[in-house]
Amino acid sequence: MLPTIDPTAARVEREFKHASPLVGCRFDLHGRFLFASAQDNTIQRFDLLTGAKTALVGHNSWVRGLAFVGTPANGTGEAAAYAGRVTALHAAAGFAAVTLPGPKPQPFTLVSADYHGNLIWWQGDAADPKPLRTVKAHDGWVRAVAVSPDGRTVASCGNDRLVKLWAAADGKPVRTLEGHAAHVYNVAFHPAGGRLASADLKGVVKDWDVKTGACGRDLDAKVLTKYDPTFMADIGGARAMGFSGDGAKLACAGIVNVSNAFAGVGNPAVVLFDWAAGTSKVLKPKDAFQGTAWGVGFHPAGFVVAAGGGSGGRVWFWTGDDAASAHAVTVPANARDLTLHPDGTRLAVAGANGSALVYTLTPAAPAKK
Amino acid sequence: MPACSYACHSANHRASRRAFLGAAGAAAVLGPAGFASPAAARELAKTQKRVLVIFLAGGVSQLETWDPKPGTDTGGPFAAIPTAVPGTRIGELLPHTAKQMKRIALVRGLNSVSPDHGIGEKIMLTGRKPEAGVEYPHIGAVSAKLLGADGQAMPGHVHVFPAGAGGRSQDATFLGPKFASVPVVGGKPPADLFRPAGLTDEADRQRDDLRQKLSDKFAKSRRSAATEAYTESFAQAERVFRKADVFDISKEDPKTVARYGTHDFGRHLLLGRRLLESGVTYVKVSHSNYDTHHENFDFHIEQLGEFDRPFAALLDDLADRGMLDSTLVVVMSEMGRTPKINDRYGRDHWSAAWSVALAGCGIKGGAVVGKTNAGGTAVTDREVGSGHLFHTYLRALGLNPTKNFYPNERPIPIADPKADAITEILL
Repeated sequence: MLPTIDPTAARVEREFKHASPLVGCRFDLHGRFLFASAQDNTIQRFDLLTGAKTALVGHNSWVRGLAFVGTPANGTGEAAAYAGRVTALHAAAGFAAVTLPGPKPQPFTLVSADYHGNLIWWQGDAADPKPLRTVKAHDGWVRAVAVSPDGRTVASCGNDRLVKLWAAADGKPVRTLEGHAAHVYNVAFHPAGGRLASADLKGVVKDWDVKTGACGRDLDAKVLTKYDPTFMADIGGARAMGFSGDGAKLACAGIVNVSNAFAGVGNPAVVLFDWAAGTSKVLKPKDAFQGTAWGVGFHPAGFVVAAGGGSGGRVWFWTGDDAASAHAVTVPANARDLTLHPDGTRLAVAGANGSALVYTLTPAAPAKK
Repeated sequence: MPACSYACHSANHRASRRAFLGAAGAAAVLGPAGFASPAAARELAKTQKRVLVIFLAGGVSQLETWDPKPGTDTGGPFAAIPTAVPGTRIGELLPHTAKQMKRIALVRGLNSVSPDHGIGEKIMLTGRKPEAGVEYPHIGAVSAKLLGADGQAMPGHVHVFPAGAGGRSQDATFLGPKFASVPVVGGKPPADLFRPAGLTDEADRQRDDLRQKLSDKFAKSRRSAATEAYTESFAQAERVFRKADVFDISKEDPKTVARYGTHDFGRHLLLGRRLLESGVTYVKVSHSNYDTHHENFDFHIEQLGEFDRPFAALLDDLADRGMLDSTLVVVMSEMGRTPKINDRYGRDHWSAAWSVALAGCGIKGGAVVGKTNAGGTAVTDREVGSGHLFHTYLRALGLNPTKNFYPNERPIPIADPKADAITEILL
C-alpha cells in the first residue's frame, strides 16, 4: 500500500553536514544514497540507512551534474528490514555507539559532470568509489548530465553551446548536437525514450531526436532570461529541468522579473510546458520571494515541487492547475538543488551552508495517548 | 578659437609639463621660467608619452583574473592557466591575455583601503585617500597636464564609457577644466560635435564670434570656474571636430574590428587606440560591469570574455605601431572582490588584497610583485597602496612624482609623499 503523501506535512527527517557549501544533490536510482556535490570539488555520498559519509574525490572543479546508470529500485523493502534490525539491536544493547553494517547496496554507476569540462564515471555502490573513467566532454563548464531511460546513453551540455551524447557503457562519443547560440544549461531525456530536451541561457529549449540528432522544434522559455542593461550582462537559463513521469510535461526552473542581475533581484519561477502542444505557463511562489529556483521535480502524486534560494531557502509545491504555489517550506539556507526520492516519500535539498536536508512528505504518526 | 580674454594669467595657467621632465634635469618648480631647452622639447615630441587606463568598473575579481587560487575554499570553480611567463599563472578566463604576459607586469599585493565604489575609484585614480580641504586631480588630468603638448589638436584627457555607465567627472580639480576628461559616451563623438547641415563656414565663424562676445561680456562681471569650464568645453569641441574621423571605427580594416569584437568594450577599446594615435594624451576606457554580488562566476565568464581578446589585440596593435614603449597601459578597478564566496555564488566588495596589471612605457613586462596568502585573504609580501601605484605611473612615464603643483601659489605634491614607486616593475 502506497504511503500517504502530504506536502503540508513536509519536515526535516535528516540533516547531512559537510564543511563546504553544496552545489547539487541527487538520490541514486535505488534510493539508498544521497549524493551531494560541494564547492571543495568533492561529491559526498550519504548512506540513508547507516548515515555513513563517503567522499568521492577526483574532480578538480565544482560538480553540478549527477546522473545514474543502472536498474531502478525493485522495492525489496531492505530499508524497513534494516531499520527493524537496528531497533532490535538498540533494544538489546542500548543506544550506544553501536552500528550495524548496512545491507550491500544494489550496483549502479554514477556519472558526474564538472566545471572543467569533464565527465567522470564511478562505481556508485562501491565501498570507496574511485573514478573509473574521465572523459573531456566540453570546452568550459559542463552544466548538466542526464541518462537515457534505457540506460545506454549519457547526455551532457555546457558552455561551449553544445549538447553531446556518449555511450554509457564505455564513454565513447556518440553524437554532438549543435544549434544552441548560448551556454546550454540543462538536458533531460523524455521518459518514453527517443527525444532529448536541452535549454540554454537565452531561454531556448530544443527538442532533439536522439537517434538522428535532428532538432525537431524550439520551445520558448525566454521568460527565464534577461539582459540587464545596467550591468550589461545576461542572466538566465534553466537551472533545473525535468520531465514528468508520463512525459506529458516538461519543467524548467530559473529566475524571472530580474531588475538587478548583480544583486539577484528577481523571483523564482518554473516554466511548465505541455510537451505535446509546446505551450507553457509559469508557476510562481505565492509568497513574495527574491531569488532563483535551482531545483524542480514532478512528484508521482501529481504535484510540481521546486526549491530555490536568494533571500533564504524555500521549497514550493504546486498542486492542481493553480499557477501560484499551494504550500511552501522554509529551508535554513539557500537551496541550490532538489532531488525526489524514488519511493516518493522524501525529497532532499542541497544547502549553501553545507547541509543536505532530507524532508519526509508523509504525515507524522499521531502521538500515542 | 581664441582663448577667452578673461583667462587668468597666473603661473598655473602658463605651466608647462616640460618643467617636470626628470630627463631634462629640470630642478625648478613650476613657474613661468620653468621651460626646458629646445633640444629636450624635440626629444619629447619624438617620444611623446601617453596613457591608457582600462577601468573594469564595479570591482573585477582578482581571483578570477590576476591572482587565482584554484583548489582552495575561496578559489571558485575556475582553473589557473600557464602564461607566456614561466611560473606565472592567471585565471582561465584570460587565455589571450596569458599569451601577452611577457608585456604585462602584475601587482598582486594591493591594499586600497576602501571597499566603496566612489571612494575606491577616487583612491585608485588620485593615488590618495580623500582628504578634507583638497580635491586631488585624477591621473588622467595629471597626465594631460604633464605630458600634453601646448596647443595639441586633441583634448588631453578623454573618457570612453558605455551609455548609462557614467558621466562627466570633476576630475581635473585645481588643474583646471582644460585637463578635465571629455566624455565619449557609448563610443560616439561628443554631442553636437558636427556642424548642422547647411551651416557654412562663414556662418559658423560669425555665430562663434557672437558667442565669444556674449561670453566676454558675461564674464566681465561673473567670471568663475564654471564659466571657464563652459568656455573650455567649446574649445575642446572645436579641437575634436577637426579630427572627427577618429571616432569612425569603420575606417579600420574589418579584420581589426573583428579582432577587437563588435561588442561595446571591443569597439571602445579600438576607439581608445585611435584616440591615442590621434594625439590624445590620456584615454580611459571603462568596461561595465563587474560588481558581481550574485553569480560572480557566470558574470565574469561574460565580462572577461569581452575583455580578454580586445585587450590582447590592443597590446599587439600598440607594439606593431611602435607605440607600446611610449604608452603606459594600466588595467584597474576601484577595488577587488571578496575571497569568500557568498551564498548566492557571489563575491562582495574587497580592498585588502587585490591586483592591478600594467604594461608598456617604462614597465618591466613579465614582472610580478606582491603575494597574497593561500586563500587570497591578506597580502603576505610587498603590500602597496594606490599612492605607490601613482608614483609608479609617473616614474614609468619619465616624470618626477616628487614635484609639486602650485594652485593659488599653494604647494601640493603631485603624488602622495608618503609613498614611492614600485621599482620592481619599472625598467
